[in-house]
Amino acid sequence: MNAVTYNFAYLDEQTKRMIRRAILKAIAIPGYQVPFAAREMPMPYGWGTGGVQVTAAVIGPRDVLKVIDQGADDTTNAVSIRAFFRKVAGVATTTHTAEATVIQTRHRIPEHPLKEGQILVYQVPIPEPLRFLEPRETETRVMHGLEDYGLMHVKLYEDIAHHGRIATAYAYPVKIAGRYVMDPSPIPKFDNPKMTMSPALQLFGAGREKRIYAVPPHTEVKSLDFEDHPFEVQTFTEPCALCGARNVYLDEVVLDDRGGRMFVCSDTDNCESRRAETGVQS
Amino acid sequence: MYVAVKGGEAAIDNAHHLLADRRRGDRSLPAITEAQITEQLSLAVDRVMAEASLYDPSLAALAIRQARGDMIEAIFILRAYRTTLPRFGVGLPLDSRTMRIERRISATYKDLPGGQLLGPTFDYTHRLLDPTLSGDPEVPEPSCRDGGVGDLARVSDILDGESLIETEVDDDAEPGDITRTPQEFPLSRAERLQSLARGDEGFLLALAYSTQRGYGRSHPFVGEIRIGIATVEIDIPELGFAVAIGEVRVTECQMVNQFKGSAARPPQFTRGYGLVFGQSERKAMAMSLCDRALRAAEYGEEITAPAQDEEFVISHCDNVEATGFVEHLKLPHYVDFQAELGLVRRLRTAWQERGDVAGGEEGDEPIGEAAQ
Repeated sequence: MNAVTYNFAYLDEQTKRMIRRAILKAIAIPGYQVPFAAREMPMPYGWGTGGVQVTAAVIGPRDVLKVIDQGADDTTNAVSIRAFFRKVAGVATTTHTAEATVIQTRHRIPEHPLKEGQILVYQVPIPEPLRFLEPRETETRVMHGLEDYGLMHVKLYEDIAHHGRIATAYAYPVKIAGRYVMDPSPIPKFDNPKMTMSPALQLFGAGREKRIYAVPPHTEVKSLDFEDHPFEVQTFTEPCALCGARNVYLDEVVLDDRGGRMFVCSDTDNCESRRAETGVQS
Repeated sequence: MYVAVKGGEAAIDNAHHLLADRRRGDRSLPAITEAQITEQLSLAVDRVMAEASLYDPSLAALAIRQARGDMIEAIFILRAYRTTLPRFGVGLPLDSRTMRIERRISATYKDLPGGQLLGPTFDYTHRLLDPTLSGDPEVPEPSCRDGGVGDLARVSDILDGESLIETEVDDDAEPGDITRTPQEFPLSRAERLQSLARGDEGFLLALAYSTQRGYGRSHPFVGEIRIGIATVEIDIPELGFAVAIGEVRVTECQMVNQFKGSAARPPQFTRGYGLVFGQSERKAMAMSLCDRALRAAEYGEEITAPAQDEEFVISHCDNVEATGFVEHLKLPHYVDFQAELGLVRRLRTAWQERGDVAGGEEGDEPIGEAAQ
């Protein structure tokens, strides 16, 4: 039986090179979905294989990695991916947003503003923003090519006609640098405004669907809307019950079976840092 | 006071220890070996090798053992290993004509050169549970034709001689590689066949069955099924000739399908092709029916059924991709769910306010997307 050994950050150098080329192309055409020959990874498709491949292609021995899922560093899949890179790349890991050079995320953008030199890697399940309007890849490719986004606007308009508002709460479509309509991955639309003109590089990896796309630093990211129905984000009436933060995204925690609820920060690092600063004990 | 849940790492470790315990089962029983799996559950090994696209019986057996017999999990483990292997060359096309035949049957001819050869088949066994198999009964040596059977003309070659079946022409094009280049629809037939060869047996079986029941009917006959050992050869540039580097067991199915002809083509039989690692007639037959169904556009046939829709079939036939995405729904989605909760609450408030004003009723509206 062959001895089983793996390269730094798991992927072989040829594969990393192929992925880096896709990333460079993605950065050169902001919001455009670049097909790439995604590999099987040792974790299941749908569990962040795209993000893991992008991270593996950009990470170096001196990088500091943070991995979050639902905003938290200690959700099981985030723990698993962080442990994977500790094992196959031996990189330092952190839970502090400000200390990380590479942050892999699923479903959230950290509350702490990102800075130049940081890379935010999103795990993407369905990269095609038009997929639920048109299931065929052959069709959506043409629609992007022709900048034909009428269908998307009709969908948003129908939402308003039926519900009085746009009924998309996450994976809210955005337009990048005035050209490509892009799926920001299933982040709550609360996070959309953090994407625009961010000094950090934002990379998106979809392993099963074999696509990579990017938002370069200082690029305009506009959430689709109408003049008379401007884009708006979720608001919470209460502050975080642990750290008292307002204007952050909150998780609703069920306390008992009698309707008891509390709202706490989804971004656990941000919550803990605030409590450490103010000396509030949970 | 509520405290955020911690300790994911310890929980994962404990879960894996429990998994190892359940995998081993009752310690008073001897552990099974990979050799036992390779020898006595060989069709399971064949399926794992076929859908993992890696021909290595001992590693496939290890994967089956590691996966506690979960076939898709085993396929996934072996695929993830395969993807890390370096490539040092490309084999020459397998020659199924010269392979050492273990089984060969045709449903289109009663007798043909080389004859019908049943081989190790479940066909015509009566599916009665056999209690005598319990324990380790003596199994007599089988009787086989001396020297084996090789170099048998294929049924398609026989039909070819009369121009009754479409001729397969080698266009000398370099075949694509679905594991190295991203798929772009429409695919070449070579890429399509690669996808089908590693596609899920159950999915392809169901699609093939649907064509027989009228969803994209293709009037098929089994021209030939052959199972045997084929030699893998590779060109060594330094030597200037090809050398044999090993042998693989494969199952090949040539389906012969009716075609009434069109303005551009004369009436002729057409082909559906299936080739699978190991012994798997069910998979090879399903693959050949799907291959033919997917050639509908080539023959100007109307595309009406799922089995004829290339994007539908190829995008969904990979069980490693499918199981990952279906099972990812068990990952936390509470950020998105929170967003939906907020939205549904707002919509409900608006709905009730409208009801209070109008005093009428409105139907529930579907909102939002499925979880991603």
